[in-house]
Amino acid sequence: MNFLDYAPAPESQAILNLQSDYGLFIDGEFVAGRGTPFSTINPATEKQIAMIAHANAADVDAAVAAARRAYDGVWSRLSGSDRGKYLFRIARLVQERARELAVAESLDNGKPIKESRDVDVPLVAAWFFYYAGWADKLDHAGAGPNPSSLGVAAQVIPWNFPLLMLAWKIAPALAAGNTVVLKPAETTSLTALLFAEILQQADLPAGVVNIITGAGDTGSLLVNHPDVNKVAFTGSTNVGRAIARSVAGTDKKLTLELGGKAANIVFDDAPIDQAIEGIVNGIFFNQGQVCCAGSRLLVQESIHDDVVDRLKQRLSTLRLGDPLDKNTDIGAINSAAQLERIRTLSDIGEQEGAERWTADCAIPENGFWFAPTIFTNVSTSHRIARDEIFGPVLSVLSFRTPAEAIAKANNTPYGLSAGIWSDKGSRILAVADKLRAGVIWANTFNRFDPASPFGGYKESGYGREGGRHGLAAYLKPANSRPVLTAAAPAPAIETASVVEPAGAPAASPTANATAPAPKPAAGKKAAK
Amino acid sequence: MTRLAVPKTYKLYIGGKFPRSESGRVYEIRSHSGEFLANAAQASRKDARDAVVVARGSLGGWAGATPYNRGQVLYRIAELLEGRRAQFVDEIMQSEGVTTAVASAQVDEAIDRWVWYAGWADKYVQVAGNANPVSGPFFNISVPEPTGIVAIVAPQSGGSLLGIVSAIAPALVAGNTVVVVANQSAPLSAISLSEVLATSDVPGGVVNILTGSPAEIAPWLASHADVNAIDLLGAGALDWVDLQIAAADTLKRVLPPENGEDAATPSLERILAFTETKTVWHTKALI
Amino acid sequence: MTSTQLATRERTLAVLGGEATDTNLRRYLHGIPGIDAVGLEQRAAGLGTRSIKTTSKKWAIDTIIRLIDLTTLEGADTPGKVRSLVAKAMNPDPSHPSTPRVAAVCVYGDMVPDAVAALGAAHSNGTDSGINVAAVATAFPSGRASLAVKLSDTSDAVAAGADEIDMVIDRGAFLSGRYGQVFDEIVAVREACKRENGTYAHLKVILETGELNTYDNVRRASWLAILAGGDFIKTSTGKVAPAATLPVTLSMLEVVRDWHRLTGEKIGVKPAGGIRTSKDAIKYLVTVAETVGEEWLQPHLFRFGASSLLNDVLLQRQKMTTGHYSGPDYVTID
Repeated sequence: MNFLDYAPAPESQAILNLQSDYGLFIDGEFVAGRGTPFSTINPATEKQIAMIAHANAADVDAAVAAARRAYDGVWSRLSGSDRGKYLFRIARLVQERARELAVAESLDNGKPIKESRDVDVPLVAAWFFYYAGWADKLDHAGAGPNPSSLGVAAQVIPWNFPLLMLAWKIAPALAAGNTVVLKPAETTSLTALLFAEILQQADLPAGVVNIITGAGDTGSLLVNHPDVNKVAFTGSTNVGRAIARSVAGTDKKLTLELGGKAANIVFDDAPIDQAIEGIVNGIFFNQGQVCCAGSRLLVQESIHDDVVDRLKQRLSTLRLGDPLDKNTDIGAINSAAQLERIRTLSDIGEQEGAERWTADCAIPENGFWFAPTIFTNVSTSHRIARDEIFGPVLSVLSFRTPAEAIAKANNTPYGLSAGIWSDKGSRILAVADKLRAGVIWANTFNRFDPASPFGGYKESGYGREGGRHGLAAYLKPANSRPVLTAAAPAPAIETASVVEPAGAPAASPTANATAPAPKPAAGKKAAK
Repeated sequence: MTRLAVPKTYKLYIGGKFPRSESGRVYEIRSHSGEFLANAAQASRKDARDAVVVARGSLGGWAGATPYNRGQVLYRIAELLEGRRAQFVDEIMQSEGVTTAVASAQVDEAIDRWVWYAGWADKYVQVAGNANPVSGPFFNISVPEPTGIVAIVAPQSGGSLLGIVSAIAPALVAGNTVVVVANQSAPLSAISLSEVLATSDVPGGVVNILTGSPAEIAPWLASHADVNAIDLLGAGALDWVDLQIAAADTLKRVLPPENGEDAATPSLERILAFTETKTVWHTKALI
Repeated sequence: MTSTQLATRERTLAVLGGEATDTNLRRYLHGIPGIDAVGLEQRAAGLGTRSIKTTSKKWAIDTIIRLIDLTTLEGADTPGKVRSLVAKAMNPDPSHPSTPRVAAVCVYGDMVPDAVAALGAAHSNGTDSGINVAAVATAFPSGRASLAVKLSDTSDAVAAGADEIDMVIDRGAFLSGRYGQVFDEIVAVREACKRENGTYAHLKVILETGELNTYDNVRRASWLAILAGGDFIKTSTGKVAPAATLPVTLSMLEVVRDWHRLTGEKIGVKPAGGIRTSKDAIKYLVTVAETVGEEWLQPHLFRFGASSLLNDVLLQRQKMTTGHYSGPDYVTID
């Protein structure tokens, strides 16, 4: 028998108790959306998981109004310690329902269960735990004594780490005293809705967190809503740009976490086996659908062939397949659209003369899959060395000196992250100094921790999430001066029409809908 | 016929276990109104010595745990305390002769204090540490680290539960291990707290609780060469200057006694009092 | 010089680019890429999360048994104890005759005659079938004796019928940089493994990783032992903590993989000490298969040095056969 084939070890779905239809979570209750519902599918099988509500302008208004009421009436008046206690409750409930959340995440997103189970969900709990502790310590947050919250935060998140991005957004916002309207990505709403159930279990006051589902139009309505004070967006650079335009002239505070094309620099004195693991983790973690993925491998020429050789050997042991199988290393691509983008850019790579190598693995019949792929002979002018592919595709470039490595690493409009592999500390620190990127990993890659700030330079966005810095996005100093705003309404902005790698909403000028929000049903919360 | 109660034997808490005092001594715990409640173990200098040994043994694991983990462990104490609320309220009422409302408020505050300090475990380094912009091609960073074993004299008056919690929680945040001498006249809260700690995730030996006479035990802790710091919080009625002088022999870090209602107010300073700042220099060079 | 010595010498000359002197060895061993401990341990932990079920698990359980060096290394060992161990090795689970036999029994040198006698016809005796007798030698476990003593320790065991010799390296010499001395000792012990008929007992070289302290040292010692002609590299004596760990074994397997890439030769690996449960042992199988390949999961390329592991594996095997959990009263003590 072939031991390495490992008999199937699927994680049981029995733990899930999903509904066939999901509404919007507004003012502490699930309510029907007024747009046309859409289906969310399992990208590994293309089968429908559930129907998801589509929030229209009136729903967005209702959600923002609920968040405003909760802000004015409850949340901004609560002590930091009580806010913290709610966050601790949420953290504990996430820990208790961890397996269920992990299974739902892998089902809806396509990522391997070992990642959702060992990375995503534990980090979600950690994020709430960490920011829970901050809620009553804001005097130490760096904004001076008695800092104040901003108000209602509009948060739009991508599909690559659905629940984790939710935690990155909601935890610091609530700790700082803001209320939230969050829109998950169209293809991955499921865990956000399970999270809404957790909020009910935690007895979080109604309206403090509202979760509205929908596509790009919903997101656009949300970030352009006149009654939000803060916009936080994670997704593609193009949409981020559109949002930055749309908030111009308003007093909305904005943080953006956008695309990347990270350089992973391997020097000839690198701890080679760990570097290989780091390269693999850097670009094949979550099928490469990571904004900080180490998609450009820069290898010192003297070890180039050896590294590529070892890399290919290592990739041959990766197991692609059922995301719910505990032994799966590479899961499904999140959507047909994303798969198409990866295919297109890879084909361009070949056309431009790079040498393509693909791991030999069987591709399941249904679902969206892309086998781990390496391009060698890539030069800096190739599109696969410049565009964010957002898939399991690695472009290998070489360099001769540290100076050349730095120049090549920085030669991109992005600046989210970078990796350095070397046994020499002084070199690591000097190279880190010179890299124009927000997160530098040395002899490791794709590490995240709630205590550590994350965010980009240049077109990778601004603002930081995580750590003490993450609070700055949701706080202002006591007695801070009001922001000057334009007298006229914000100018209309053009619709972003490109296919967005991060599946983010296309901002549209149809914002500022003024339809009055219907009064949400008063009284009790939805079924607990 | 009424049921005959089964009274509990009260013992010391050392190394995660509940030994009697090696001296074989006990002393009477009386309620606020003077009724006999129970016998408590009266710790000797040898019990204090044993406690220091296990505190040293557990230091590496506790200080080496991730800050996130320490935070979770401290938060869990709050959770368990919440579950035993009624017992603590009851004991506080007996020992301190206060109303249910006052006792409840004290327990609530003690629970909240654990939560507050738990939250600091993965933050105090961020707030108190920093990168230093030195002149030259150097990476330079300063971070606080735990001092080591902290001996504590718990407050001898005021709220007996809040007093001991306010004393030990800040020392634990950074990863120190503690040997604490409980409130002598009202030790029930400390003893019940040791039962909470024993069933919590706090590793054995991280907190060691001695009941008995602070006047007898504190000098041995103050002069013990393997104790790194001493918090004289509740030593106001002792010859605490002598204790400070004894502590000076091995240059222990010392916090002075505090009196009054706001003694041991929760603060970042109490955490940092039992830390050492370490600064690391590292060269930065491309060539 | 004998032909093996010549072969080893030539190979060493080729790899080192010179004689196996302290200087040449240092230059070579310190030129090997370093190990980042965090990354290594992370990788080992990742391999440890593989979930082995149903048919794979059944295969793994039987494979573990086939790879065990059933060991007794006590000062209190007696012929009776060794006979009991051998009986267990030959028939691990009397109630389930389909249970495979272990690879070898591992004893102190003076116990080899007892082990050979107890095995009788089941003794492999230099063939590929049957159970081997492995003897620890070279002043095991400390290795603190003269070279003459170590060599006679080895040749006595071989003469008594040992098929495999588990030697210890001189950790003191290694840590103080006397690589040439460590090298020469291994070469000499290898020569002492020669039987009268000109064949050789297999040589396992124990690094005692718990005393080497760093993964970089483990990697260098692994290269050194292989360069000097060891057939196997083995983690530990079992007398020093920590004994075998998954990261240490992974780092040794990586050396074996690189050696195979370099020379085409296949070197065996034996983690020993501290592996007590089938769950742990399966993690090792996974690590072997995903690092050097499944081919290594054979007795001539991988062994577990263990004593209590066997019974835990047997309990698992019974569970898989009968469908319910078994208990310690249903496996035999040796």
